[in-house]
Amino acid sequence: MPKAILYDSTLCIGCKACEAACAERWHLPYDDKVAAEPRLSAHKLTAIQTFGDHFSRRLCMHCAEPTCASVCPVGALHKTSLGPVVYDASKCMGCRYCMVACPFQVPAYEWHSRLPKVRKCDMCYDRQLAGKPTACAEACPVGATTCGDRDALIAEAKRRIAEKPASYYPRVYGLTEVGGTSVLYVSAVPFDQIGLRTTLPQQPLPALTWRALEAVPSVVSVGSVLLGGIWWITNRRDEVARKEGRR
Amino acid sequence: MNLPRLTIWRAIFAVLMAAGAYATWLRVAYGLGGVTNLSDQFPWGLWIGFDVLCGVGLAAGGFTLVAVVHIFNIERYKPILRPAILTAFLGYVLVVLALLFDLGRPDRIWHPLVMWNPHSVMFEVAWCVTLYTTVLALEFAPVVFEKLGWRKPLHWLQFISVPLMIVGVILSTLHQSSLGSLYLIVPHKLYGLWYTPLLPIFFYLSAICVGLAMTIFESWHSSRAFGRELELPLAAGLARVLAVLLMTFLFVRLLDLGQRGAFPLLRQNRTETWLFALEIILLAVPMFLLFQRRVRWNPARLYAAAVMVIFGFITNRLNVAVTGMEAGSGTHYIPRWTEVAVTLAIVALGFAVFRLVAQCFPIFEQQRQPSRDEILPSRDREGALEAR
Repeated sequence: MPKAILYDSTLCIGCKACEAACAERWHLPYDDKVAAEPRLSAHKLTAIQTFGDHFSRRLCMHCAEPTCASVCPVGALHKTSLGPVVYDASKCMGCRYCMVACPFQVPAYEWHSRLPKVRKCDMCYDRQLAGKPTACAEACPVGATTCGDRDALIAEAKRRIAEKPASYYPRVYGLTEVGGTSVLYVSAVPFDQIGLRTTLPQQPLPALTWRALEAVPSVVSVGSVLLGGIWWITNRRDEVARKEGRR
Repeated sequence: MNLPRLTIWRAIFAVLMAAGAYATWLRVAYGLGGVTNLSDQFPWGLWIGFDVLCGVGLAAGGFTLVAVVHIFNIERYKPILRPAILTAFLGYVLVVLALLFDLGRPDRIWHPLVMWNPHSVMFEVAWCVTLYTTVLALEFAPVVFEKLGWRKPLHWLQFISVPLMIVGVILSTLHQSSLGSLYLIVPHKLYGLWYTPLLPIFFYLSAICVGLAMTIFESWHSSRAFGRELELPLAAGLARVLAVLLMTFLFVRLLDLGQRGAFPLLRQNRTETWLFALEIILLAVPMFLLFQRRVRWNPARLYAAAVMVIFGFITNRLNVAVTGMEAGSGTHYIPRWTEVAVTLAIVALGFAVFRLVAQCFPIFEQQRQPSRDEILPSRDREGALEAR
């Protein structure tokens, strides 16, 4: 059963306990200065953002068909059957195509390191394997971030919207965005007002490049026959001309 | 060659190499963050946009000329084949050199060869570039073997030359277009004037165009540098093909913009609009010029038109890699001086090594046995060519 995270913006109080727990789990330094940074970065793998009266949370979305995993030339990123998209730093050569391609601009780079790695949330893969909740969900004092089975969380999100239609914008973000994500959002306001991209395609992005890559075998086979044929004809023409003494 | 001009160029070269060396040291000591203006929002900058995307394209003359001379058997272009292969080979070596600067872990540049992900365009490009650089080395090897008088390896290479050339053309077709496919996955980031499902086809077509332009450019420069006569009939012949290809490229480009309803974007007064206009002008003007015989047969005008095509091509690639990606990434990117220094040093190195190799090896036709074609008086040749 794939796991997921549900973030309920209406419950979030902006205490940033999730940020602190995440930093602790990754052994990253966390102080007031880091807490004040609004963006994801190599030393901040989740971030609470403020939009007027509303909070939002940024972290890796753990797409059902991750763009980052599809573009990685060395397969350093992959989607586990459990749900998290994980990163193998020992393979990564630092081309940063994942960062260019990610529709949510999540992967961050250790720009100032001499042996840099990509950094991103891995949905506490090791903890989930052990049956424990993610560090952020465990730390959340108000239940704004919860984790569990994706299907159960989708049902829960829909239940909350149905129970209090006045408090919720009637949609769950992450259900279909780029083919569905393992991080789901519910909010009081439309999602673009809490900094989420609402113009993304509803289909998985990897299909876009696969369509081009699919043509490779045809280019190779048709191309070699065609070029070989052209060479044979032009060469033969010259040979014949030479034999007949026209040249 | 008069001495003063030489010293100026040598001085410029020395300055560029010194700046490049210093920037290289900074890159090694302080990492990417210390020498580039790249960020999590904008992870690819000048080194990918120019050194890789333009570098590979500017080296496309190699496979184009190989196809013309050896596959289509149009033998009269043979005198400019070797310089084109040399340009391509150096181009690819320099692209790999630039990648060593840009990769976060250059020590792992070989990883895609053993860690496969066939779903990645980058994986395909990595393989194609590796294989094609090898093919180019083998295509250039006869020049070295000839000089050294190694008969046996020369014979071996001759034996595999046709399949080798076919493989080279196919590999080029694949990765020249795939550099465009890299951007197919960012419909949400790349500006509407550049994002299209046809990106791979546009990258391929424009690479052939700039390959021809580079061949003209490089013939003109070597004719001056080595005090030879420009192979004008050949350059003019290439220019005519170039004009037709540019027309095809621009026609399909505009058709595609119309099809996707992207023309209204041009009404907005923003950087993207102006740089798009620059790109189109730099490709359309030389197209009109090259359709005229008096431009094609005048070395100076022909050269100017070729330079315009090269700049138009560079504008196109930088527009895709930088201009078009800024708005979607929500940030601005201007390269730091160290990024520019590395790029310029690599370009300068390319010119210098080309010169050096051309001085040491039989690259140009005059240095070999003249064929019957060349014994004909040049005016007769021109007449004969135009009559065809």
